[in-house]
Amino acid sequence: MENFPTPRRLTPEEAKRQRQRSIAIAAVLFTLVTIFYVLTIAKLGPQVLNRAL
Amino acid sequence: MTSLSNSLPAGAEPHPVTMAVGGEVSDFFALLKPRVMVLVIFTALVGMVVSHVHIQPVVGTISLLMIAVGAGASGCLNMWWDADIDAVMTRTAKRPIPDGRIQPGEALAFGLVLSVGSVLVLGLASNWLAAALLAFTIVFYAVVYSMWLKRTTPQNIVIGGAAGALPPIIGQAVVTGSVGIESLVLFLIIFIWTPPHFWALALIKSGEYAKAGIPMMPNVAGPQSTRRQIIYYSLVLFPIGLAPVALGFGGWLYAVTAFFGGLGMLAFSVHVFRNREGEAERKAAFGMFGFSILYLFLLFAALLAEQSLGLFRAVMV
Repeated sequence: MENFPTPRRLTPEEAKRQRQRSIAIAAVLFTLVTIFYVLTIAKLGPQVLNRAL
Repeated sequence: MTSLSNSLPAGAEPHPVTMAVGGEVSDFFALLKPRVMVLVIFTALVGMVVSHVHIQPVVGTISLLMIAVGAGASGCLNMWWDADIDAVMTRTAKRPIPDGRIQPGEALAFGLVLSVGSVLVLGLASNWLAAALLAFTIVFYAVVYSMWLKRTTPQNIVIGGAAGALPPIIGQAVVTGSVGIESLVLFLIIFIWTPPHFWALALIKSGEYAKAGIPMMPNVAGPQSTRRQIIYYSLVLFPIGLAPVALGFGGWLYAVTAFFGGLGMLAFSVHVFRNREGEAERKAAFGMFGFSILYLFLLFAALLAEQSLGLFRAVMV
């Protein structure tokens, strides 16, 4: 197996920024999921509840 | 452009670029030009309300959000492309890319993902005409204006102004699925307003633009010709600003705002023409620049208030 060089350790400041970016990406993904869900319900309208059980 | 010195004029020194391992979240947000996004939301919303067509509030809100994200994405691509000239102008040197807080490749990827994403979600949320218009706006701003016009012609902001004028048309397309006379008139107002607005700033910053090699009107045709053209555009803007009244979707509140606002634009343009030296010149140009922002805001705010707060009283019967 090829030996890859060990990546350098991030400074505390860089690690903090990376963590903030990860949280922001998670928030954007969650927003996107919410948008698609709400949009689907809004487009279906009240008829979505009117079905035979 | 991505290389920070590949098209700078001779003698121009870019700011030193420090390498960073990823920027802060706020740096990525700054790439979207948030103040422009607010203006885009505002003008697109007015394009929606003058259409008098009901839209499901959730669909309307998400569509507005996507128009804003698309506008932000085009701003991000603009900053990626213009990083080299941003670095030599004091007004823009502290932007995330020239300041080294974000790498050009990161900005490019961010802008492309948001461009494609905003167009797709807008198409799914409203209709594909609105999505196509948003895609056209992004391409027009990022490619036609930023990559082509900005560095080649003093008419850059005249033609490129079309990109900033399109949001009301997209707004109307969202709610009606078509483009009507109302949004075309709003487009025309922003389109004609853009040159006097930017040239007022260009008169003050002509040294900066010259340093960056951007052929703004004061640098190519001279300040005096620019001042004359500011008056011409303000003259044309006056009747176009009143067109919504003639077409019946602007009421008394709008009519008064557009009339006195148009007179204000003319007065400021004459003031700029008369004051050609030193501090008086700078003050006059800054006054024109500031008033032009107020003028456009009041015009659109008057339309929004009339259409959404029930203040509309027809002028033309």
